[in-house]
Amino acid sequence: MATSVLRLGIPGRRWALAWIDGGSRHRSGTQPGPTSNRARGQSSVTQLSLRTAQKPRKGEHKWAAVVGLEIHAQICSNSKLFSGAQVCFAAPPNSLVSFFDASLPGTLPVLNRRCVEAAVMTGLALNCHINRKSLFDRKHYFYADLPAGYQITQQRLPIATNGHLTYSIYIRKKQSQVTTKTVRIKQIQLEQDSGKSLHDDLRSQTLIDLNRAGVGLLEVVLEPDLCCGEEAAVAVRELQLILQALGTSQANMADYEIQRQITELENGGEVLNETRSFDYKLGCTVPMRDKEGKQDYRFMPEPNLPPLVLYDATSLPSDADSQQVINIDQLRDTLPELPSATRERLVQQYGMLPEHSFALLNEVGLLEFFQNVIKETRAEPKKVTNWVLNTFLYYLKQQNLAVSESPVTAGALAELLDLLDSKAVSSAAAKQVFEELWKGQGKTAAQIVSEQQLGLMQDREALEQLCQATIDGHPQTVMDVKKRNPKAINKLIGLVRKASLSRADPTLIKEILEKKLSL
Amino acid sequence: MAMAAAATATAAHSNVVIRVRVAPSSSLRRSRSKEMWARAMWVRFRAAPDRGRGFASKASPQGQVQAAGQGTGTPSLALQGSGRVPTEKIEHLERLALVNFGSREAVARLEKAIAFAEQLQAVDTDGVEPLESVLENRCLYLRSDNVAEGNCAEELLQNSNHVVEEYFVAPPGNISLPDMVNRIPSPTAE
Repeated sequence: MATSVLRLGIPGRRWALAWIDGGSRHRSGTQPGPTSNRARGQSSVTQLSLRTAQKPRKGEHKWAAVVGLEIHAQICSNSKLFSGAQVCFAAPPNSLVSFFDASLPGTLPVLNRRCVEAAVMTGLALNCHINRKSLFDRKHYFYADLPAGYQITQQRLPIATNGHLTYSIYIRKKQSQVTTKTVRIKQIQLEQDSGKSLHDDLRSQTLIDLNRAGVGLLEVVLEPDLCCGEEAAVAVRELQLILQALGTSQANMADYEIQRQITELENGGEVLNETRSFDYKLGCTVPMRDKEGKQDYRFMPEPNLPPLVLYDATSLPSDADSQQVINIDQLRDTLPELPSATRERLVQQYGMLPEHSFALLNEVGLLEFFQNVIKETRAEPKKVTNWVLNTFLYYLKQQNLAVSESPVTAGALAELLDLLDSKAVSSAAAKQVFEELWKGQGKTAAQIVSEQQLGLMQDREALEQLCQATIDGHPQTVMDVKKRNPKAINKLIGLVRKASLSRADPTLIKEILEKKLSL
Repeated sequence: MAMAAAATATAAHSNVVIRVRVAPSSSLRRSRSKEMWARAMWVRFRAAPDRGRGFASKASPQGQVQAAGQGTGTPSLALQGSGRVPTEKIEHLERLALVNFGSREAVARLEKAIAFAEQLQAVDTDGVEPLESVLENRCLYLRSDNVAEGNCAEELLQNSNHVVEEYFVAPPGNISLPDMVNRIPSPTAE
């Protein structure tokens, strides 16, 4: 399967150029480019296309920022949009290029069924109207990594229009304050990707690799309903999760990169009172008015492709070859559970807070981990949620590990939670066991407990003796307790605990003490 | 072409609608049994959507010249009264199309070409759907998602004079437009 990237494209700009330029002198920000993420094996590509237009709102004299976005997501498919060359991330230069991709004369485009299905599914997931007939166009511009001199896209009549994407914004200062917002989707279209350019400024040349040329892209155009960079980031994140859930795109993206660019734009955007566009090369915003009319794309219908016709259950011709027709209703039935539905289900099923469900979905593989633990443990879901989000995730983040790299398996955590549930260990001891488990030395929770003698004292008599000894040893404190000093009892409990080397259950200690002191 | 001849012939009769039956020249069987009416050959592009990335290059707010064939629906003559194309428009076209008009004669030729093409506006195409593709009644073939091509880097690289370690070599990226404009003085200044 191909690794795919989520790229936010700049309208009319050569974003392929900027992709390789990441970290070059053109970038004005101080953060490092995408290179630091490459170590993790992710294709981290982000170009932002934010049109910050500032419109006056009625009744206000201030300007309000309005942000529109265009997002290009690489479709997860085996072969390219119009040719049979493979889609694959790292491969020798120009090895995944067919004659059509190299735009050799006499070659023609042949549409990939999987890409159409991906577009329809994405359109359905984003509540769009799917156009039963859509058209392909050519968008012309000159660039070395676009061998044909044009890109086949769907400008006039795209495959899907008029949808919406719902996302939730946290107000972190207030506990659990979640607002749901919606951004309208103008259209979703299929288009070709261009090749890759590597700039060699020293020798004044550009090296061209066409492996990526012709790969299918989904362009998702959002209406300018977003009011700030933060909202844009959340909306894009939600789109990313949806695409990953659908499997239409792996949508790997450097989140920090996105945030950085959005912040940059925001900072620039506040001073402006006109429509500006983020010029990637210059790393700052430039007035759009100057750019309008600078580039003539000479759109024309793609003469080699008839209109793309989609069917539904009612319009499907009875004698149709199933390989040659796409049934929208059939695709709708195969849509998997979308992130919003998953979160809803988690809240209902496990009684967790919405923010917990967000956290579980936000980390790759975390939800699966959580569900595996739930399956194998007797402990309450709330306990599991707490341990997974507060302890497990904390350890992961500290060492910057992915869930798949965790030294603690779901089974190991489940076993630990069982021990905790049966009161074989105290809460504090359990944390110690977890730390030991994290070292990944292959020991089970039970083994660690017995080795380090972290198990709770099971012998009630021994505990009673310990309590008695503590009472005898601290007459002053006992007197305070008898005087109903509320802090004194805690002190006693603490003393017993220390004496027991943290192997006693505090609630039990309290019970015994209270009985002994006849409270 | 027969259609073009018919168009020019009726240019003088602006209220006549062309209706000509066209016999299918290929052996394609039509799915519809109705007679096929020929559509006007001229494709009328829809007005550009508000985002400004519309189909045609945007008509400049000052000039009223519309490049041949990219009308926005107004049937009246697009050139300004005198038939002259304003200098700013010429410069704009030069930048976009990377051509050099070079002389007054070249511009005059452009103006004549526009006037010639304008004759097609005389054809009444109200209520006639544009013909976007002669393939419109064909089925778009869908290929299944298998890898069947590629792995011919050596063959492809042979097409290029100059390769560097399996990469094609191109000159350095586009020169930014402001720099280019400053270098080449406009020859159409009068």
